[in-house]
Amino acid sequence: MTQHHSKKHRSNTKMVPVPSHSIVPERDVNEIPVMETRHLGIEFGGLKAVDDFNLTIGKTEIAGLIGPNGAGKTTVFNLLTKVYEPTSGAVLINGQDLHGMSIVQASRLGIARTFQNIRLFDKMTVEENVRIGLHNQIRYDMFTGILRLPRYWKQEKRQHERAMELLGLFGMQDLADETAGSLPYGAQRRLEIVRALATDPKLLLLDEPAAGMNPHETEELMENIAKIRDQFQIAILLIEHDMSLVMGVCEGICVLNFGKIIAKGTADEIQANPAVIEAYLGKKKEA
Amino acid sequence: MTKTKRKRLIRNLVTFGLVIVAFIILENMISTKTISRSLKGQLVPICAWIIMAVSLNLVIGFSGELSLGHAGFMSIGAYTGAVVSGWLLAAFDMQDPLLRLVLAILAGGILAGIFGVLIGIPVLRLRGDYLAIVTLAFGEIIRNLVNVLYIGTVDGKLCFAFLHREKLPADVAMLVDGAKGAVKIKPIATFEVGFVLILITLIIVLNLVNSRSGRAIQATRDNRIAAESMGVSVTKYKMMAFVTAAVLAGMAGALYGLNSSTVVPTQFTFNQSINVLVFVVLGGLGNVLGSIISATFLTVLPEVLREFADYRMLVYAVVLILVMIFTNNPTTRAFADRLFSPVKKLFRKDRRETTGGGDVK
Repeated sequence: MTQHHSKKHRSNTKMVPVPSHSIVPERDVNEIPVMETRHLGIEFGGLKAVDDFNLTIGKTEIAGLIGPNGAGKTTVFNLLTKVYEPTSGAVLINGQDLHGMSIVQASRLGIARTFQNIRLFDKMTVEENVRIGLHNQIRYDMFTGILRLPRYWKQEKRQHERAMELLGLFGMQDLADETAGSLPYGAQRRLEIVRALATDPKLLLLDEPAAGMNPHETEELMENIAKIRDQFQIAILLIEHDMSLVMGVCEGICVLNFGKIIAKGTADEIQANPAVIEAYLGKKKEA
Repeated sequence: MTKTKRKRLIRNLVTFGLVIVAFIILENMISTKTISRSLKGQLVPICAWIIMAVSLNLVIGFSGELSLGHAGFMSIGAYTGAVVSGWLLAAFDMQDPLLRLVLAILAGGILAGIFGVLIGIPVLRLRGDYLAIVTLAFGEIIRNLVNVLYIGTVDGKLCFAFLHREKLPADVAMLVDGAKGAVKIKPIATFEVGFVLILITLIIVLNLVNSRSGRAIQATRDNRIAAESMGVSVTKYKMMAFVTAAVLAGMAGALYGLNSSTVVPTQFTFNQSINVLVFVVLGGLGNVLGSIISATFLTVLPEVLREFADYRMLVYAVVLILVMIFTNNPTTRAFADRLFSPVKKLFRKDRRETTGGGDVK
């Protein structure tokens, strides 16, 4: 049943190859890819955590990054968001090289993310968390804030309205006033997505968005991911261990093992790929 | 208006209200001469320490950085205030004490702010304990520098000397005399100006905290990486909190310095920084009203305890420990809640009766 449902989300996207040995949805093939990595790699004291990572993501693609524990998936996210500076290769966001940029600069280029171990602003309210996401979208300076100039009231109102609108995506308006740290786990994960969306990203990185969710919540999340893409026309790259979600919603899937890409393709191709099966289940001989 | 917002608004109004009410009562006591002499002499210092505590709370409570050199900014303000006030009198014959006081306070704030920027640039790139250590060192450096600083006026012109007092002209009128500190200050600070300065501090801090910049400051406290990922420049907002606090501490210092006839470097030791830290921690991190109350209480307490002479500091410490336990220990807090719950219930019932009618679902 899940399979049937999930097919709906993928909406039979036709994937076509692009020069960088990746595939993107046919509708995005003439657009500048939202993200392109070229031989991206990072070493930690001689250990190659990620090596020769080449991936292209189309402008409105929902892509998946999967692999066994410790494969380097979150490290890839940290490279894309400039938490780590790569030791080799390059990341291009909308054709622009991220080389030498800070986390903040990368964010301003349009990358937003959620975190595997939730990183909300625990002591602030749900609405304030979203307002931090709007930090660079709806602005006013420090003195306007201290002196409570007319612009303060105007921009505060705009922030509030936008925050409530975004919380409405997940039906979270009623929680706006709660302290973020006191929310149940699933709601915290959803809030992280809302907060990331508030930054008006072009590429949204979701690090295990379904972790800790029950099957019903996961199903809902899947619908929401598709909805977000359709509504905002952005690309989404997600790391996930829940295969029903990955196979259900991702158009292109990239499999990582020991820091290296072992397979790229559509859900059907990945499921049939012997290298992937081996990475997850071990070699047939040994079994 | 949302629940949290209303709660915050009420708390802010209570903060302002308490300060204003306290001011009116004290003014009344002064005019009817029912105030004790020792308390009257303490009014301006209390104002200064309240401002110190509230401003340090901005750094520790809201931006989450531990600064141990807050007294350093205060001493910059105190010395600047004394010099500016003395110089204005000597050079321009400015007799109006209020104008001199205001200009001195502004100058103290600005200079302390400049030092805040200079220290903040390298230091705020550091994380956690490093900031504490460097600010601690800064406080000590400032104290040692003013120890060998000589400033005087000759015919209304300022002249400076460092280490060597003999380089100043013979007919100099000293304003800052090395280890003797700032001398011959005309005490022009008034309680009224101190009160206005507290109000300004509260407006700045509370309005900042409830604005875009203030939220960014708190976001960097709660989660640095997440804040950066949202496009919040951590260094910029840590700097904003740090420098704002430095400016306010400088102004408090000028007020404090111009309340007595001398200011000596040993008034602004590491111990004073720790004292302000105690005000903040006791009042609660991020709790502005708490800072005000604990600064007042702990400034008055040693004076009240003067009768105990030898045991003064011992009692002070014991009171501090007891208050800490009582306010922070879950068991004692639960006990206090039980103690006050009948009173709280009374209030709640009251409110339900007045608004109850419309609550039908």
